[in-house]
Amino acid sequence: MSIAVLKPGLLSTFQDLGRTGYQHLGVPVSGAMDSLAHRLANLLAGNDEACATLEVTVAGPLLRFDQPACFALTGADLGVSLNGEPAPMNRPLIARAGDLLAWGARAQGARSYLAVHGGYVLDTVMGSDSTYVRSGFGGLHGRAMVKGDCIALHRPLPDRDLEKLAQALWRQRIYVPAGLSGAPRRAVRVMPGAQWRDFTPASRDALLGHAWRIGAQSDRMGYRLEGPALALSAPRQLLSEAIAFGTVQVPAGGAPIVLMADRQTTGGYPKIAQVATVDLPRLAQRAPGDTVSFELIDLPQAQELDAQREQAFARLKESLSALRDRLRIHYRKQP
Amino acid sequence: MTSAAQSGPMPAGAWRIRPEGDRCLVVALGSALDAAVSLRCLAAAARLRQAALPGVTDIVPGLASVAVHYLPPAWRDTAAGDPYDALAAHVDALLHGLDADAAQPAHTVDIPVRYGGGHGPDLADVAQACGLTPQEVIDLHAQPGSRVHMLGFAPGHPYIGVHDIRLALPRRAEPRTAVPAGSVAIANRQTVIYPQRLPGGWHIIGATPLCLFDPMRQPPALLAPGDFVRFVSIDDAQFQRLREEREGRSPPGRPQSGLPPPGAARSAQGTT
Repeated sequence: MSIAVLKPGLLSTFQDLGRTGYQHLGVPVSGAMDSLAHRLANLLAGNDEACATLEVTVAGPLLRFDQPACFALTGADLGVSLNGEPAPMNRPLIARAGDLLAWGARAQGARSYLAVHGGYVLDTVMGSDSTYVRSGFGGLHGRAMVKGDCIALHRPLPDRDLEKLAQALWRQRIYVPAGLSGAPRRAVRVMPGAQWRDFTPASRDALLGHAWRIGAQSDRMGYRLEGPALALSAPRQLLSEAIAFGTVQVPAGGAPIVLMADRQTTGGYPKIAQVATVDLPRLAQRAPGDTVSFELIDLPQAQELDAQREQAFARLKESLSALRDRLRIHYRKQP
Repeated sequence: MTSAAQSGPMPAGAWRIRPEGDRCLVVALGSALDAAVSLRCLAAAARLRQAALPGVTDIVPGLASVAVHYLPPAWRDTAAGDPYDALAAHVDALLHGLDADAAQPAHTVDIPVRYGGGHGPDLADVAQACGLTPQEVIDLHAQPGSRVHMLGFAPGHPYIGVHDIRLALPRRAEPRTAVPAGSVAIANRQTVIYPQRLPGGWHIIGATPLCLFDPMRQPPALLAPGDFVRFVSIDDAQFQRLREEREGRSPPGRPQSGLPPPGAARSAQGTT
């Protein structure tokens, strides 16, 4: 047993890059809400980006490491401490057996990610470790963490020379480019949705001009936005068709819903907009009660921004090769 | 099925490709529920799947469209411009000359259904609304030729049709907050089957003892887009027996319906 759950937190689930390849069977993709923070956590813990991380929501857990591990924290600043001392974010850290990792007060953001080097031992379902709570599969027995859970680690650290390793990791120069480290507040960029032109001009203006409040019913499936009611120029019957992460659909009541990681695979409501992939993490870091405003861009811009993000990731991954080498050495050394 | 099922080669201009955000594109093949359009969607989805396009993660047929989810890097730095333009041009080329009738073999799956009674509380109301007897509703529903057009709403949740025009009725005015797993429900000339306990607004005319979705089974869903479905009326005793068989049997493997005559539950056959 490697990590013991002393307190579970509000909603702590294991997520990876998502369960793709089964949407035609109605299986939601799931995966990390903030895939940027998820991938970053993995890279900083010396992992492949596809490895599952722990996604912690607003009010986090209290965990105890029962074996040494290398870990990294990214995403929201939820006041995490290691044995009572503030735990630095966005860099590799070492936990010893018995260390307590405690999430505290929310300073900024909504979702924090914990990656452990080598990854957690989880239920792989349809090729993914992501938890889909609604249908109860994947991750840790298809559910959120509860008190008393024990999560095994694939590669706990050999229990020797930990101080030396910790110092070596601390000396590593970790430069996370601005584009990858959770950006300051600004508008979330969207593209026109499939039915953009079918909405009244006033509705289109309202989507872009209003500061929307994220409703209390928002969750991993969708963000319900509170503000002026949006309306079509004329009623339209639409057939169910595929939807994507960030699709902004508008049911009959006129209150838009942004579809998030646990979205269904298909939907039949008019789509006014589509959040650009590059800004989905920014939206995923807003919690119910926060506000969000939107800014219109076009598809080529969105794909260019997405490409720049991927290039930044590739550079970061390359720059962390020394970290991965250092970890490799630690495992190889004989006692 | 209706005569419209004979759709032939895809006529030029039968589809339109549009972006759905920066990592998905949609091939729109129609705007109304139509058996011929749905067959084209299935044929198009099969063609695109067969092409094994780089970077494509999911191909999802809808009732009148096919969505292609992709990762842009595979389509970057081509002469065609942006990733979307490059992939859209490729998809467009693949659809030219596609013959929806020449689609690859489809499976036929028997779905045993206990119609009416406690399993189908809306059967009498449906019969009345359609001006039919309950038995006539069952007979029309069990007519051969029904097909899985798409799955959605929940894992393994199929949309099956298109049923006889006499079974055309809108959804219930008041959706139920919880519909039992296995419920077979109709609306708008289509059938859905609830793989798990879910909210639902369709008219429940029966229930199947089969397991529609098991995440640990491969494939996890009993039905796939394009499958032919044959609804077979069973009685309480058969329902009970099949339910017990299912609970006694552990996966893996796609379950057989256990219907008489045995062995014919799932056979490959060409499209008619």
